[in-house]
Amino acid sequence: MNQNTTADIQEHTVDESICSSENLVYTKPQTLTDDPMHYCPGCGHGTAHKILMEVVDELGLQSQTIGIAPVGCSVFAYHYLNVDMQEAAHGRACAVATGVKRMMPDKYVFTYQGDGDLAAIGTAETIHAANRGENFLVVFINNGIYGMTSGQMAPTTLPGMFSTTSPYGRDVETMGYPLKIADLLALLPGVAYVTRQAVHTPANVRKAKKAMKNAFEYQKKKLGLCLVEIVTNCPSNWKMEPLESNQFVNDKMIPFYQLGDIKKPEVK
Amino acid sequence: MAKAIGEVIIDIEKCKGCDLCVDACPTETLALSGKINHKGYHYAIRIEGDCNGCAACAIICPEAIITVYRKIVKSEKVVA
Ligand SMILES: Cc1ncc(C[n+]2csc(CCOP(=O)(O)OP(=O)(O)O)c2C)c(N)n1
Ligand code: SF4
Ligand code: SF4
Repeated sequence: MNQNTTADIQEHTVDESICSSENLVYTKPQTLTDDPMHYCPGCGHGTAHKILMEVVDELGLQSQTIGIAPVGCSVFAYHYLNVDMQEAAHGRACAVATGVKRMMPDKYVFTYQGDGDLAAIGTAETIHAANRGENFLVVFINNGIYGMTSGQMAPTTLPGMFSTTSPYGRDVETMGYPLKIADLLALLPGVAYVTRQAVHTPANVRKAKKAMKNAFEYQKKKLGLCLVEIVTNCPSNWKMEPLESNQFVNDKMIPFYQLGDIKKPEVK
Repeated sequence: MAKAIGEVIIDIEKCKGCDLCVDACPTETLALSGKINHKGYHYAIRIEGDCNGCAACAIICPEAIITVYRKIVKSEKVVA
């Protein structure tokens, strides 16, 4: 797949004396299972899973967190996120999360949804949960395409962007404009926190993780719905190498889906 | 002057050779191996280089398979 390999590379021998627990700066979060993830090489789903579980670990909430998995590439999220998980029908994660949170208001509840799941088939469930001000976190993975079903146009597909159902590029005249659903949801009084982040560089990964942590803290205060959008890649269906896809996120996705907080609660 | 010395351990059987860590490393300490793992991917390896344990590689890794250690060593004063 990659041309940047070298056959006769000088491999480094590990200096065991450095590898002690007091020198540890990064290791996989405990709350992520050891199962190898099924995502394509370089896909942002893995990165998003990882930081979500880092937050759960750091806040010590493994036994108090319940996640709702979507339909889409992350349909098997429950194999990797080692917290109580419930699968929902396509698009219905916010409806399921509403039930779970109302029955167990002291648990931390999140949904994890792609853009096809959240912004197409699940639009109604998402908007009404937001409008009711339900107290859970929505992690929204926006890769501008239907990944799992092999790359059809999503509501979030950029103008001119190619997909199997817009083979000449998305023509906004006939196919409509990309939906900035995070901006729409931010208008609703029931929504406490809306932020748009990315995971294509280490600095962005850090910020996205901080945003998820904020959302858990707001959930504790029962401030309303929190939405963390992650603008990310789909190397396979964009037909790009992973690095090239991250460049596309930087050059094309982010100028349209601008990063930053769209709505933030006033916390006393 | 204190100096940070890093060490990275990569779980190569879970690596998918995406190249993101190689690109993220500021010290050019990583590369993709010419060899493949059992899944057929050219996995990431640490090569000779001045790893400073910044963890950029581990933070960008979608598979969460990189462990990073960092030791601060006080180097002796260099007389100019
Ligand atoms: C009711 C129903 N309609 C359609 C589908 C087919 N389907 C499966 S995944 C998917 C789209 C997923 O796209 P997205 O939510 O963007 O997630 P991604 O795969 O990109 O992560 C569709 C349409 C389905 N499983 N169930
Ligand atoms: S199809 Fe796209 S979204 Fe799905 S795992 Fe592969 S790269 Fe990720
Ligand atoms: S810890 Fe930093 S310097 Fe060391 S290999 Fe990883 S990215 Fe490079």
